[in-house]
Amino acid sequence: MNIVVCVKYVPDATADRRFEDDFTVDRVGVDGLLSELDEYAVEQALQFREKREGEDITVTALTVGPEKAVDAVRKALQMGADAGVHVVDDAIAGSDYLGTSLVLAKAVEKIRAESGADLVVCGMASTDAAGSVVPAMLAERLGMPQVTLASVVESQGDQVRIKRDNEGSTEVIGARLPIVLSVTDQSGEARYPSFKGIMAAKKKPLATWSLTDLGLDAEQVGLSVAYTQVEQTTARPPRTAGEIVTDEDGSGAGALVEFLASKKFI
Amino acid sequence: MSDVLVVIDHADGEVKKPTYELLTIARRLGEPSAVFFGSPDKADAVAEKAKAYGAAKVYVVDDAQIKGFLVAPKAEALQQLAEKVRSSGVLAAILLPSTFEYKEVAGRLAIKLDSGLITDAVDVQAGSDGGAVTTQSVFAGSYTAQARVTHGTPIITVKPNSAAPEQAEGAATVEAFAATVSDAAKGAQVVATQPRQSTGRPELTEAAIVVSGGRGTGGNFDPIEGFADSLGAAVGASRAAVDSGWMPHAFQVGQTGKTVSPQLYVANGISGAIQHRAGMQTSKTIVAVNKDPEAPIFELVDFGVVGDLHTVLPAATEQITARKG
Ligand SMILES: Cc1cc2nc3c(=O)[nH]c(=O)nc-3n(C[C@H](O)[C@H](O)[C@H](O)COP(=O)(O)OP(=O)(O)OC[C@H]3O[C@@H](n4cnc5c(N)ncnc54)[C@H](O)[C@@H]3O)c2cc1C
Ligand SMILES: Nc1ncnc2c1ncn2[C@@H]1O[C@H](COP(=O)(O)O)[C@@H](O)[C@H]1O
Repeated sequence: MNIVVCVKYVPDATADRRFEDDFTVDRVGVDGLLSELDEYAVEQALQFREKREGEDITVTALTVGPEKAVDAVRKALQMGADAGVHVVDDAIAGSDYLGTSLVLAKAVEKIRAESGADLVVCGMASTDAAGSVVPAMLAERLGMPQVTLASVVESQGDQVRIKRDNEGSTEVIGARLPIVLSVTDQSGEARYPSFKGIMAAKKKPLATWSLTDLGLDAEQVGLSVAYTQVEQTTARPPRTAGEIVTDEDGSGAGALVEFLASKKFI
Repeated sequence: MSDVLVVIDHADGEVKKPTYELLTIARRLGEPSAVFFGSPDKADAVAEKAKAYGAAKVYVVDDAQIKGFLVAPKAEALQQLAEKVRSSGVLAAILLPSTFEYKEVAGRLAIKLDSGLITDAVDVQAGSDGGAVTTQSVFAGSYTAQARVTHGTPIITVKPNSAAPEQAEGAATVEAFAATVSDAAKGAQVVATQPRQSTGRPELTEAAIVVSGGRGTGGNFDPIEGFADSLGAAVGASRAAVDSGWMPHAFQVGQTGKTVSPQLYVANGISGAIQHRAGMQTSKTIVAVNKDPEAPIFELVDFGVVGDLHTVLPAATEQITARKG
């Protein structure tokens, strides 16, 4: 069995993230990395493999993104994934959710056709777009059930059970492979690549695919055919410096209450 | 006039405030028809609520057969409903609450309807051509972006507190809608649910005031809860507090927790990491109590107290209670 884990290369959240002139996210001028939330997906994919010792399971890390996005795949390989796939094509730039999920789905289908893939693991959200919709869209396109936002993942045979927090309740969800799974940052710390892992990663297979390899045309993806258009972006004006008081002998509480009262919160 | 479908956010027929916000927004774009996934017994009561905010129709999709099956059946039902509305008129947009569940429904629906999708709008207005123009808050609240859907029926998920609900009388004609749900859509099943106990406090994402605690509480949330109660506020927490097991994950504010946008946010013993900011930066007024004058949270505040939350908050709580008499 092959597990495909979808990893996104994102601009570093602690850097100054910004937009290009065409309002697409600047993915080149800002330092990028494997989305931290996708590290949890890699971790769960690896644990899935490790828990099923004796079975022939490989983990393939898949990314769709610009040249540098290969770093996200490399990191996943260093963590322990067995193979990597980087889909890169100038025509993909500026794709919206529809475009991105289409390319991801075609790539998963190609991996499935070559080596079978019954489990697709995603992060709970990308740290840049933060939509939390790609896993569901991927499931729709692949015709698979989706089991999303897992904090605990268990499996036996072709049955997968997860636990998750929902609005107002905790749920257990069950489904039968093949599925698309997404995991949250509650699912357990992601491992750091070891020195051995980093060395081993250099020898692992890493494929680069273009749109043509996936049987897609440039007219099907990218900014020009996106179904959504960003018309304007505005940097949030810096907040005007607020009033800061230092608490001395209880003065802080009084000042706080005065402030709240002046704003009619009391 | 064109129709706008609005998915009702509710818990067992108890309509939630974001529904009224969605109906208010929908009226800017056309005539709202509400969609209720729930028990037909509750339909009249729900319709009564939707009527006060201008719903012309209330489509009732009996969820008895689908509620244990997550997202896919709802996406199928909405697809069928959208096609029905389109066949006899113009469907201007589909608005859904920005919950995880409905965002996923929206994602599947966008593919089914071959339509553009915008998630997490914090405002939706009619553009010069009458079409929906959305505002989103991006990059942890450091930018806003205006966007529109350019293909198909705009599918937009809208965050709580994105509009002030305005009443308007609608006809709210109740109409049962029988959706056909495929077996394929029933692949993932809820095996068990355990409802969380209600705290009796307002819902975090809907509250006008949120009082949060972080690692600086040292695990004692009494000062936070006491202060919150004196203001009628919801309680939130940083991930550090959640990871330490002091508060359940449902209370987490931030990138991987809830996004809140209240009138007032009070951060106590929270340093103000970018991931925390992502969930609270758009709050109208921000207040912090922190021992460390250098804490980054102070860059955001309208008012800050450098001090120990364990002394400042109880004293403030006492004064507020005294003022209220
Ligand atoms: C992928 C990812 C997702 C994340 N998602 C989230 C998220 O959703 N939400 C979130 O909050 N974080 C999130 N984080 C974590 C975030 O980066 C910070 O680690 C976290 O917000 C820190 O919580 P804190 O401010 O409570 O703790 P700290 O950063 O340790 O700050 C504690 C503060 O309390 C102050 N303090 C200590 N004692 C007192 C006292 N007695 N009185 C007053 N002040 C006191 C200290 O001066 C300090 O400023 C995420 C991180 C990652 C990598
Ligand atoms: N370009 C991409 N390449 C690989 N995986 C992606 C990409 N975009 C999204 N994903 C996956 O989908 C998840 C949710 O993304 P999003 O819907 O953008 O929040 C991420 O955590 C990834 O696992």
